[in-house]
Amino acid sequence: MQKLLLLGAEAIAQGAIDGGMSGIYAYPGTPSTEITEYVQKNKQAKELKIHSDWSANEKTAMEAALGMSFAGKRAMVCMKHVGLNVAADAFVNAAITGVNGGLIVTVADDPSMHSSQNEQDSRFYAKFAMIPVLEPCNQQEAYEMAFKGFELSEKYRVPVLMRITTRLSHSRSGVVRSEMKTQNLLRLPSDRRQFVLLPSIAKVRYKGLLNSQLGYEQESENSEFNQYFEGENKKIGFIACGIAYNYLLENFPENDIKNPVLKIGQYPIPRKQIEKLLAECEQVIVLEDGYPVVEEMLKGYLANPKIKGRLDGTIPRDGELNPNIVAIALGMENAKDESIAPIVQNRPPAMCPGCGHIDVYKAMNEVLAEFEKGRVFSDIGCYTLGALEPFNAIDSCVDMGASITMAKGAADAGLHPAVAMIGDSTFTHSGMTGLLDAVIENSCITVIISDNSTTGMTGGQNSHAFGRLKEICLGLGVAPEHIREIVPLKKNHELIKQMIREEINYQGVSVIIPSRECIQTAKKKK
Amino acid sequence: MTNNIILAGVGGQGILSIAATIGMAAVKGNLFIKQSEVHGMSQRGGAVQSHLRISDKPIASDLIPMGKADIILSVEPMESLRYVPFLSENGWIVTNTSPFINIENYPELEKVLETIKTRKNHIAIDADKIAKNLGSARSSNIVMLGAASPFLDVPFGDLEEGIRQIFENKGEETVNKNLEALRLGRKFSQENK
Repeated sequence: MQKLLLLGAEAIAQGAIDGGMSGIYAYPGTPSTEITEYVQKNKQAKELKIHSDWSANEKTAMEAALGMSFAGKRAMVCMKHVGLNVAADAFVNAAITGVNGGLIVTVADDPSMHSSQNEQDSRFYAKFAMIPVLEPCNQQEAYEMAFKGFELSEKYRVPVLMRITTRLSHSRSGVVRSEMKTQNLLRLPSDRRQFVLLPSIAKVRYKGLLNSQLGYEQESENSEFNQYFEGENKKIGFIACGIAYNYLLENFPENDIKNPVLKIGQYPIPRKQIEKLLAECEQVIVLEDGYPVVEEMLKGYLANPKIKGRLDGTIPRDGELNPNIVAIALGMENAKDESIAPIVQNRPPAMCPGCGHIDVYKAMNEVLAEFEKGRVFSDIGCYTLGALEPFNAIDSCVDMGASITMAKGAADAGLHPAVAMIGDSTFTHSGMTGLLDAVIENSCITVIISDNSTTGMTGGQNSHAFGRLKEICLGLGVAPEHIREIVPLKKNHELIKQMIREEINYQGVSVIIPSRECIQTAKKKK
Repeated sequence: MTNNIILAGVGGQGILSIAATIGMAAVKGNLFIKQSEVHGMSQRGGAVQSHLRISDKPIASDLIPMGKADIILSVEPMESLRYVPFLSENGWIVTNTSPFINIENYPELEKVLETIKTRKNHIAIDADKIAKNLGSARSSNIVMLGAASPFLDVPFGDLEEGIRQIFENKGEETVNKNLEALRLGRKFSQENK
């Protein structure tokens, strides 16, 4: 078969297409966006009518994927790690309902927070929901896990979580394809009560999930993705999960590793192999990117001193792994220690010159200069960069949609003005329900929906808000005279200021919608 | 044979098209390749890097270990200095001398260039000027690729072929301009090595 040069994210997409997927559901989020984009652009996927339109948020995506599974077809839902927080209700309960058609939940974690607000580890979520996990170490494995993951899901009638990290998602390598499978036919669940989680049914299903755990474990013990490599030096053994395996190998360029190594790519962790490794080695170093999930399980509350890793300082407690960190953990002499010349200055990301958000911030800052600082609640998107110099314009960025609700809470506490700064796509992701809360109580908040008509930070995906922001706000009950639209351009600077000032003075909910297309997407259209 | 290349620049400068050309040439030569990119927030005018590894043996890590890079190929002078901890003892810095100034505290260019010149192995080339003289200002990237080409274990013809493929649908003139840019960059390095 032909070899393709694919990002890890793209390898997953190709594996899912070839594995007989009928639909992919997602909201864009770095480092997961490229999975869905690949399916959207893929010619074969188009011909096969594989669903690939964006969803409003990760929860709606997860539920739609579950619906496709209900109908007997294979579905994938993709998100970044914090997206799983949004989808968590559906995710955890999908483990109880189980699946009909195969369902893979692909979650891309971001250790070192390259483009995120935390570095939470999705393997914890899978353990919490008690479902199997696949964690590839390279692009080829990413392809194969997506390809075979549907079968694993259908065999145990349970969702499977596929966990990758930024590094693998955004790294390219050669991938060999397998022969394409056909999609499932429409086929309803044999038990019509399977998906009805009334307590009486849920209790039965939950017992079923508990009883399946042993099967998942045996599946892991026999999985091709978990491999035990014998080694004569039993002073130290290694457990290497996912991409950490590459960093271990990198330190043995001649493939001359003398220690026993357990490579883990499928969870629950394979009990037999773990027991063998712990029995034959004096010490075990656990290498895993993200949280010390496996390490904590093995170390236990009584802190088995045999287990080394992030918890005892063998490896730093936070941040992404790399070959050098692993070299130090191995006690190997590390590379030369050259520092960067002091002349080199930081170059942080910034909003693009000409961006509409800049016009909004300039006007807002001038109006708010009359008040004490600490009145602007913001959100997730390009405009979050308004927290940096030269704007210093915002005082919060927590999660998708939190701008409006935090402004409301602060207003409830008596803060005035309380301004929410949110983007169009973030607004339809998770801002609308918060705005409804504010409307119900007529909270004294000023919401600025800075509309660039796209999902900008992730590269310009379609925004569900496009062309319907005003109607949504009206529908939620915002007074028509307090929904103000304007084009954020230099020539409108005074007008925007006037608008913001008037609406701040209004003792109720108002929404200002400065609307101008993202200059990056506009450039692409040329 | 293994080539470890750090590509450096500023988000939006298009280092990924350099990576794509080398990638294509590597695939054509049946080499193993791993290329780690930066997407997301840093792409908005921040410092960006890409780790590109090609080899005739399988490659383990997507990231180049510190001190193991053979080349830092930078399309911006200050950015070339950001990654020196990755450079091997005999590694080369191949950098553009035209600065991309989008921060207020950008250092004096003269001092940046002086610091680059203190490196044992360096090629400092005004790729923007060469590209402009060619009448193809956007080919500055390709001049830089040409400048790095003498240090790559990839046949020059395969790089040319990569250029042809990438610019194919932009017309013959664009293809030829970029091929010329590639050759001029290469010539400069060969003469100034």
